[in-house]
Amino acid sequence: MNETGLSRFWADFAQNRVAVVALAVVALVMATALAAPLIAPQNPYDLATLQLSDARRPPGHVSALTGLHYWLGTDAQGRDLLSAILYGLRISVMIGAAAGAIAFALGATLGAFAAYVGGRTEALLMRVIDLQLSFPAILLALVLAAVLGQGKAQLVTALVTAQYAYFARTAHGAAKAERNKEYVEAALSTPLPAWRVVFRHILPNAMPPLIVVATVQIANAIALEATLSFLGLGLPVSEPSLGMLIANGFQYMLSGRYWISIYPGVALIVLIVAINIVGDQIRDQLNPRLQR
Amino acid sequence: MIAFVLQRLWQAVIVMLAISLLVFVGVFAIGNPIDVVLSPDATQQIREETIRAYGFDQPLWRQYLAFLDRLAHGDFGRSFLFNMPVLQLIGSRLPATLELTLTAVIGATVIGVPLGMYAGYRPDGALSKIIMAISVLGFSVPTFWIGLVLIFTFAVTLGWLPAGGRGETARAFGVDWSCLTLGGWRHLILPAINLALFKFAMMVRLARAGTRELMLSDTVKFARAAGESEGVILRRHVLRLISIPIVTVFGLEFGSTLAFAVVTETIFSWPGVGKLIIDSISSLDRPVMVAYLMLVACLFIAINLLVDLAQAALDPRLRGARA
Repeated sequence: MNETGLSRFWADFAQNRVAVVALAVVALVMATALAAPLIAPQNPYDLATLQLSDARRPPGHVSALTGLHYWLGTDAQGRDLLSAILYGLRISVMIGAAAGAIAFALGATLGAFAAYVGGRTEALLMRVIDLQLSFPAILLALVLAAVLGQGKAQLVTALVTAQYAYFARTAHGAAKAERNKEYVEAALSTPLPAWRVVFRHILPNAMPPLIVVATVQIANAIALEATLSFLGLGLPVSEPSLGMLIANGFQYMLSGRYWISIYPGVALIVLIVAINIVGDQIRDQLNPRLQR
Repeated sequence: MIAFVLQRLWQAVIVMLAISLLVFVGVFAIGNPIDVVLSPDATQQIREETIRAYGFDQPLWRQYLAFLDRLAHGDFGRSFLFNMPVLQLIGSRLPATLELTLTAVIGATVIGVPLGMYAGYRPDGALSKIIMAISVLGFSVPTFWIGLVLIFTFAVTLGWLPAGGRGETARAFGVDWSCLTLGGWRHLILPAINLALFKFAMMVRLARAGTRELMLSDTVKFARAAGESEGVILRRHVLRLISIPIVTVFGLEFGSTLAFAVVTETIFSWPGVGKLIIDSISSLDRPVMVAYLMLVACLFIAINLLVDLAQAALDPRLRGARA
């Protein structure tokens, strides 16, 4: 997409106020998540700074020991929830983005390759991918997370395995449409290697639908990670992600200490809904059937 | 057609075998099951006897063949934890899951379709916008979070409904059902809403898109010209025409609702199959995990096979194309 194309795209995007606000929210959350170590009042992973006597304090409590103001209260270990949420967002965003990026690269390559080679290889690959798509992603991720054990790399592997098929399916459809166009024929008639035609000619033109899938899948990866962590199959307890913060607070919720679960949840929902709204807007703009 | 059916059946068998291998190897990789069966202070002799009794001393491929042999005889082994046959264990939990899933899917359809039709009939109305906003939330907010909010609102703050469990059950056809007692319904309603919300969002979107298209079609124009009232048009023509994709999705989604039930059952301590699998994962109860995964895979392959065959029966072009 060239300069004018991009500015046109932005002008169209800016028509939808809700989407612009959602985009700003996404950017803000990403920024605070990345800057968490700089802006968080406390390092929630450093057990030495946690005061057990400050455990499960309601929002607004001021620590008698350190004078720290717990704006959103504390959890069962005496962690400042605001800090824990910022660090948790950081993990959620990193895991979601990593899983989304790897699934994107893997799926797009696989889908475009299948469309390029055609024949029996294509039929077999797409059959496997279709089969996998018919299984619910959450079940697949659940089993993989259980099999692989706890840890960031394991979790990302589980998420990628559960999600690459969506990218492969989309890339295959888009690349299949490009495959028979004249410019691809022209590129193939030159002595360029096949991988170059796939990566430099076919894939860039198959990009728009993939971008839409990517936004949705990053939001899904974040939600899936939270769900797995909530079920106790995600990350280790020492570095709680948002899902685990919510899970830890669940037992205290029944006794009315709502904040331990509710605030991390609100942060999670705001992020996911904002990404989805941005994704919806991009999809509408890229959908040729809705163009007037 | 017979050749096509046979070929699809053959493919299903191959896929089933591949999945059984993946499941077996995958589950084998988790932990040491001996630690679950035996107490830590068991003697070396008991330890070795147990290992031999379960066949853990054999090479992996032999264990796999023995496993396949047992599956072929309908023997999924015994649960390490409950010490009863796995099929019996899953069978005893299945009614609770089926009851929850059916209530959720039927509820989502019965409420979602009319609301979706309304949103498609009056796309710019205020009520339509509210309906669509709810469906966006249902799509993007994770199930477990909605469950927590439901518990916090209706069980903790308002105290109207219980937060978990199945409540009183009544026996019918030799199985306990919650939906036959008032107390059971009180326990059923929150998890059912939790599970239904995603399907509800989907049904609303499907019904809305279908209705919007159909309202511009010749069918509706002619019906209007014939003097039929709007209500009759919606009920007799639009509902009938959009029901085809909705019924298809209803069938397909039934399987994935069973998968989501894992989350809902865990939150609401609903004693179904989903809670059983999470418990068995955390306690390394291998036979239960393997049996659950095999049964779910079987269910999905069966659904796919039926969809393929139904489509082939309806559209002759597909018979040769994807073979």
